[in-house]
Amino acid sequence: MEFLKVNHLKVYYPIRSGFFRRVVGHVKAVDDISFQLNRGETYGLVGESGCGKTTTGRTLIGLIKATAGEILLEGKDLAKLNRRERSYHRKDIQMIFQDPYSSLNPKKRVLDIIAEPIRNFEKLSPQEEKRKVQYLIERVGLHPDSIYKYPHEFSGGQRQRIGIARALTLHPKLIIADEPVSALDVSVQAQVLNFMKDIQTEFQLTYLFISHDLGIIRHMCDRIGIMYRGQFVEEGASQEIFNNPQHIYTKRLISAIPNVDPRKKQEQIKLRQHVEKEYKLSWQRYFNAEGKAYPLKRISDTHSVAIL
Amino acid sequence: MSNQPVLQIENLRVSFRVHDAYYAAVDGVSLNVHKNEVLAVVGESGCGKSALALSIMGLHPPAKTKLEGKILFHGTDLLSLSVHELNKIRGKDIGMIFQDPLTALNPLMTVGRQIEEGMDFHLSLSSLEKRGRTIELLERVGIPNPNQVYHRYPHELSGGMRQRIVIAMAIACHPSLIIADEPTTALDVTIQSQIMDLLRELQQQMNTGIVLITHDLGVVAEMADRVAVMYAGEIVEMADVYTLFDRPLHPYTRSLLQSIPSAQHPKERLHVIQGIVPPLQKLPRTGCRFRSRIGWIDESEHEEQPILREVEPGHFVRCICYKNFHFPHDHIGDMKYGIS
Amino acid sequence: MLKFILRRIMMMIPQLLILSILVFALAKAMPGDALTGQLAQSPKMDANTLMEMREKLGLNDPVHIQYVRWVKNLLHGDLGLSYIHQQPVTDLLSGRLANTLLLSACVLLLTYLIAIPLGLVSGRWQDSWADKLIVGYSYVSFATPLFIFALVMLFVFGFKLGWFPTGGSVDIQVEKGTLDYYINKFYHLLLPALSGALIGTVGIIQYLRSEIIDTKVKDFVKTARAKGIPESKIYSHHILRNSFLPIAAFLGYEITGLIGGSIFLESIYSYPGLGQLFLQSIMQRDYSVVTALVMISGLATLIGTLLSDIILSAVDPRIRIE
Repeated sequence: MEFLKVNHLKVYYPIRSGFFRRVVGHVKAVDDISFQLNRGETYGLVGESGCGKTTTGRTLIGLIKATAGEILLEGKDLAKLNRRERSYHRKDIQMIFQDPYSSLNPKKRVLDIIAEPIRNFEKLSPQEEKRKVQYLIERVGLHPDSIYKYPHEFSGGQRQRIGIARALTLHPKLIIADEPVSALDVSVQAQVLNFMKDIQTEFQLTYLFISHDLGIIRHMCDRIGIMYRGQFVEEGASQEIFNNPQHIYTKRLISAIPNVDPRKKQEQIKLRQHVEKEYKLSWQRYFNAEGKAYPLKRISDTHSVAIL
Repeated sequence: MSNQPVLQIENLRVSFRVHDAYYAAVDGVSLNVHKNEVLAVVGESGCGKSALALSIMGLHPPAKTKLEGKILFHGTDLLSLSVHELNKIRGKDIGMIFQDPLTALNPLMTVGRQIEEGMDFHLSLSSLEKRGRTIELLERVGIPNPNQVYHRYPHELSGGMRQRIVIAMAIACHPSLIIADEPTTALDVTIQSQIMDLLRELQQQMNTGIVLITHDLGVVAEMADRVAVMYAGEIVEMADVYTLFDRPLHPYTRSLLQSIPSAQHPKERLHVIQGIVPPLQKLPRTGCRFRSRIGWIDESEHEEQPILREVEPGHFVRCICYKNFHFPHDHIGDMKYGIS
Repeated sequence: MLKFILRRIMMMIPQLLILSILVFALAKAMPGDALTGQLAQSPKMDANTLMEMREKLGLNDPVHIQYVRWVKNLLHGDLGLSYIHQQPVTDLLSGRLANTLLLSACVLLLTYLIAIPLGLVSGRWQDSWADKLIVGYSYVSFATPLFIFALVMLFVFGFKLGWFPTGGSVDIQVEKGTLDYYINKFYHLLLPALSGALIGTVGIIQYLRSEIIDTKVKDFVKTARAKGIPESKIYSHHILRNSFLPIAAFLGYEITGLIGGSIFLESIYSYPGLGQLFLQSIMQRDYSVVTALVMISGLATLIGTLLSDIILSAVDPRIRIE
């Protein structure tokens, strides 16, 4: 059984217009996507701003209501659960946010920030609670005494680790990380990424890793889904996507990544021009008349592409 | 490259007032930029690269900033000019591209007007000529339907389009120097590559010198001819781009290169630079400023007064600690999260 | 744009409806009815006639029928009869409405004439002595209640120095329609308008000051400086227009505030306007006038907010709605 299965997920927002603000159409933020996560893997959701990757993540955790579709966590449809079951299952999915500056309440001590989810779900004595928070804070590499400090006393990387500690308190099974390192400097980025890899095995976590940075995605993810305008254009094992991209949009994305080898500069520019030419010439192969991608088609056991 | 540099910065120190004392964010930086050359200034936030860029343009609030040293532009020291004199140069001979095209444009002014505005003061053109030139510029930076976009407001355009407008503004009067402060950081990758291509193309057409401020080593590798790596207000290493990527010497440069996840060269673990960049007020002002972050290297390996030394033609490194530098053997110890 | 204004006006209909119900309910809830006032004037009226009159005026009808009739009359411009003045409320209001509008317009004009330059100087040369002086003034005037300030002004400039008239809206002897008449009218307006304006500027000065201080560090101002645009042009082309946006939006609400302010001003300066009438009518329990005035000020509030929206959408291209 798949760990998480998303079936035909749609998130539409109405567009209103005219004198009486009638609904004249929909913004299809997420337009019929299906994918699944296996236990213990890191699944990367990639795409450019506005492609629907963040909306997908937020829908999975319940911050946004799905217009249609199913979200099955260990076989249970999250939408069909009653209130109590849902809050029980909600513990299993936690989120790490992009901006470690705005996602931590500046007026609360680290102890209260991390203990908040525990207080909502578990009844612990203050001593037990403190012990648990100290254990977590040590696990994310901070000094146990720092639980009495406030967020502003920490650096960006440390704050992001506090955010991770908060996500870990309820022993979640799935962590949705929405651009967890894009607000951080490269050296701090490395710290957080290494750390996320370490705790994955230790806490047996499954990650849904949302990012626009393909370098980070390749570093972190086992499998990748490429999103474009609310749809998947390609999905597969990380290696296959990077070494053998099939969809023109994936090719564009990969060729756009700057190469850290200055000697490959010309090669990279040529590749980009080549992809751009192909994009213009064979557009119809990849997109229909409305500019939408075609349904995904399996080309190998682990690789699907949206082509005719 | 011609002999006379377009820009010569000599021992520049940019200090900001915090409460009653001044603290140098840029501390003794010297560099040259030649015609038709892209000099990338790379480093992490707080290293002083943006402060450097803004000081060239005279954009720091004068009441809170102290500028020392020389910024020679075609031989004229920009720091000795009055605002009035500086205004004749900036926007005309020096153009600037900012990081965030969303906030860099006035939301209440049409883009055409914003591009023309600089011309009002630098060129004597009729309004018809100005308009013609603006449309031409819009075309040149790759904007479709320039005649319509001319009348648009910034919010009606996408991020990539806006950055093209910002670039059109910067090149409106044919500058001989462009300061680009993180010009692609706020953009999506595909847009980033388009903007990089555009900048390169424009630079080749106009023979401008470019100072490219960035934190992204990939952008550096693709765009730069020469690179200056900054840490804590100082240049710690400077070389042409090939030398820098082939033979990085300074521990900071090497650490940076080890810490980026690269799509082209995947690695299992990323290197983590221990500790944090000290805040401006607590910056060590003596000795090697990077020493606290490579604590496993013996103190005796550092210089007492490190200077930027030419170790091979055109390759400068600060401090001698690079000679015996090595990464810690225990890559996966508990220290890796940089407890500070 | 036209569509937007139309829709905005359409949105006012339910608001007006709710307002009218509230006002009507208020009038009904007050002790006594339309005849109580008349009764006071002719105490000999016997109970039978009173019943007849009540029947005739429809005061015994169910509430909703009375409400519908009231609204119908309202739409026809019939606001009922003032029992104190013994004349239709409409006639009573018409002359005073013009006076109040004139006073309000003057206060508004003077407010902006004083506030904008002060706000500009204060924001542009932040922390200079001029800024400190202006901020000082705004604190003092913030702490001063309008009615006390107006009284002091009246005492000093009206009675002590005798520079300005101390009451009324125009001298009786001047002939209506002549130039002298208008000058005289303006002369009467000046002191109350100035008192209102000097107190009313505070909000705008402070607002404009902080807007300018915020705007001048924005990125697009940096861009403008990088283009080599002279400082004076940076202010006129970039900083001011952006700083005026919220001030412009404020204008509509400012109008609403004026109505409250005019009660004090008109009473203190015995200026024959709506505010003065309002106070009198409450004292004398002239309910038909009170309800009419509440209705008018409610309407003015709605028009004020409408104006704000229109101004804002006219000056800010981001809010322009097709």
